[in-house]
Amino acid sequence: MTTDARRTVPPASSLRGGAGRGRAAAPSGPDDLDPTRPTGSDSPRSDKRRRGDGFWPWLFVAPLVLGVVVFYLWPIVQTAWISLTETGPFGGSTFSGIVNYLTLFADPQLYLSLVNTIIYTLIVLLGVPISVYLASLLNLPGLRFASLYRVLFFLPYVAMPTAVAMVWRIIFNGDYGMLNYLLSLVGIQGPYWISTPGFSIVAVAIVGLWSSLGFSLIVLSAGLKNIPPELYEAADLDGASRWRQFRSITVPLLSPTIFFVTIVTVISSFQLFDLLYAILGSSNPVLPRSMSLVYFFYREGFVNNDKGFAAAIAMVIFLIIGLVTVLQFRFQRKWVKGD
Amino acid sequence: MTEAIPVRAMSRRRRQRRRGGSHVVAHIVLGVGGLIMAFPFIWQIIMSLSTTAEVQSVPPTLWPAELQWDNYVRVFERLPFLDQLQTSVLITVIRTVAQILFCTLAGYAFARMRFRGRAILLALVLSILMVPSQVYLLSQYQIVQGLGLLDSLGGLVLPGLFSAFGTYLMRTAFLAMPVELEEAARLDGANPFTIFWRIMLPLAKPTISVLAITTALWSWNELLWPLVVTTFSEHMPLSAGLATLIGDRTTDFPLVMAASLLAMAPILILFILLQRRVINGLASSGLK
Repeated sequence: MTTDARRTVPPASSLRGGAGRGRAAAPSGPDDLDPTRPTGSDSPRSDKRRRGDGFWPWLFVAPLVLGVVVFYLWPIVQTAWISLTETGPFGGSTFSGIVNYLTLFADPQLYLSLVNTIIYTLIVLLGVPISVYLASLLNLPGLRFASLYRVLFFLPYVAMPTAVAMVWRIIFNGDYGMLNYLLSLVGIQGPYWISTPGFSIVAVAIVGLWSSLGFSLIVLSAGLKNIPPELYEAADLDGASRWRQFRSITVPLLSPTIFFVTIVTVISSFQLFDLLYAILGSSNPVLPRSMSLVYFFYREGFVNNDKGFAAAIAMVIFLIIGLVTVLQFRFQRKWVKGD
Repeated sequence: MTEAIPVRAMSRRRRQRRRGGSHVVAHIVLGVGGLIMAFPFIWQIIMSLSTTAEVQSVPPTLWPAELQWDNYVRVFERLPFLDQLQTSVLITVIRTVAQILFCTLAGYAFARMRFRGRAILLALVLSILMVPSQVYLLSQYQIVQGLGLLDSLGGLVLPGLFSAFGTYLMRTAFLAMPVELEEAARLDGANPFTIFWRIMLPLAKPTISVLAITTALWSWNELLWPLVVTTFSEHMPLSAGLATLIGDRTTDFPLVMAASLLAMAPILILFILLQRRVINGLASSGLK
């Protein structure tokens, strides 16, 4: 989640955007499909309407469209261009072709960051089956305190990532952290989570799982409400067990929502930054070995001030997310039922 | 399952009660899960009231010997907390108001008005939803730098005034509304702005509140952009200000815990007050 968006919401928005784009590609909106509606500007039937709208639509869309063009669309083009330039020592930049990309693909840091991002994503994805199970429990008929549980699970999702990261830093502390204390009770000597490469990304992923679970849970339980209760009643009459009902009714009918949640989780996990930055800190010695792709981008662009190289990383992130999304939609056909 | 009772003979209510009987397992799973979710917050409250020695003790002190309320006072003395709080509030309010204004206007026009190039403009706006934020970040930074707005409220607020997601959300809401109301108003001679302002906007209130809540949430918590456009901690919002505490003052854990809790408090309180609306809004906007 844009991260931030967070996470919050931005991550999810990318996907909704996907849906939106599809819509826009079609002759936008169902009203456009009305064959009786005149489309030519010279059509006499459209005169009244057109005179009615006149310059108004332009007034309505102008502020937003201007803002989007200046602050989003133009910057996308600009970044693609910057990625083909080299930043000089005094800030000027010169065209350098694909040099940045060649340097980037030869840089082991790219692959380390990519692997870390993938490890993080895989761990956070464990939250999807967990939230499917939890959502099916939350939607049991007549369950008490359901809204209390909902709030508890959703709380980490709305909490500020940098603020919750502070307490997790202490929980993960190697000497006096709660986690290692609990592990020591069962005879395990816990590692220095935050300062050991390998363990640090796992620690961050545990927090990522904790904070994203609520969103999946809420979306999935909304999806569950759309499953007709008669199906469960019929299954009850046939003597099907709870587990059998879960496998044969809940999972198949919920699969489009599960798919949605999976995509949102992957897209937002690939944009991991906030939690990693706040948990590991900017001066952690293991940082180079624990970086995510976006952290790598941030460090090159804004700490090392190599804008061209950072732009190339941004374009690679863009391509990877695009590729993963396409692959998931391909894969979707294999297992999503009733979409 | 109680196989002994002939299932067919049971009334619906009895069957539900029978299902309710095994809710014990659900309560155990959800209860333990909920406790794990809440634990970091509870732990943070406890540590914010402890001494540094208690935070670092082994085994962990579950309850401080004496509650150190003083930690909360020190947040205001030692950190530019009020400056950062003010910045966070301003960023959030300005962005939320701007997004509501720009996105409802544009969303309405894209849903209900006819004009040349509408489909192309809409496709352009929505296409940015497919692009991860890093792709425009560098260039947004250069624009803000070029305008001389680094380290200023203007720079912090700028790109977030406009939202493609918000436009999409509002357009969907307006598309679902009955056309008859507008036609009647038009026959009465109302101009498009009056129709929008007096008739359509009030009808869109539920969706506007979803937009407001998501924008406020995202704006309050955002880290990367503030980190990039501000250098001095007094100019930062709380999200970035807290992140700067990681390096130098890590030994003063209770202070950092108190500051974190204070920084999260406004949005958490807002969420708890509006939880039903937030949860339903996010759930439905995720499914549409």
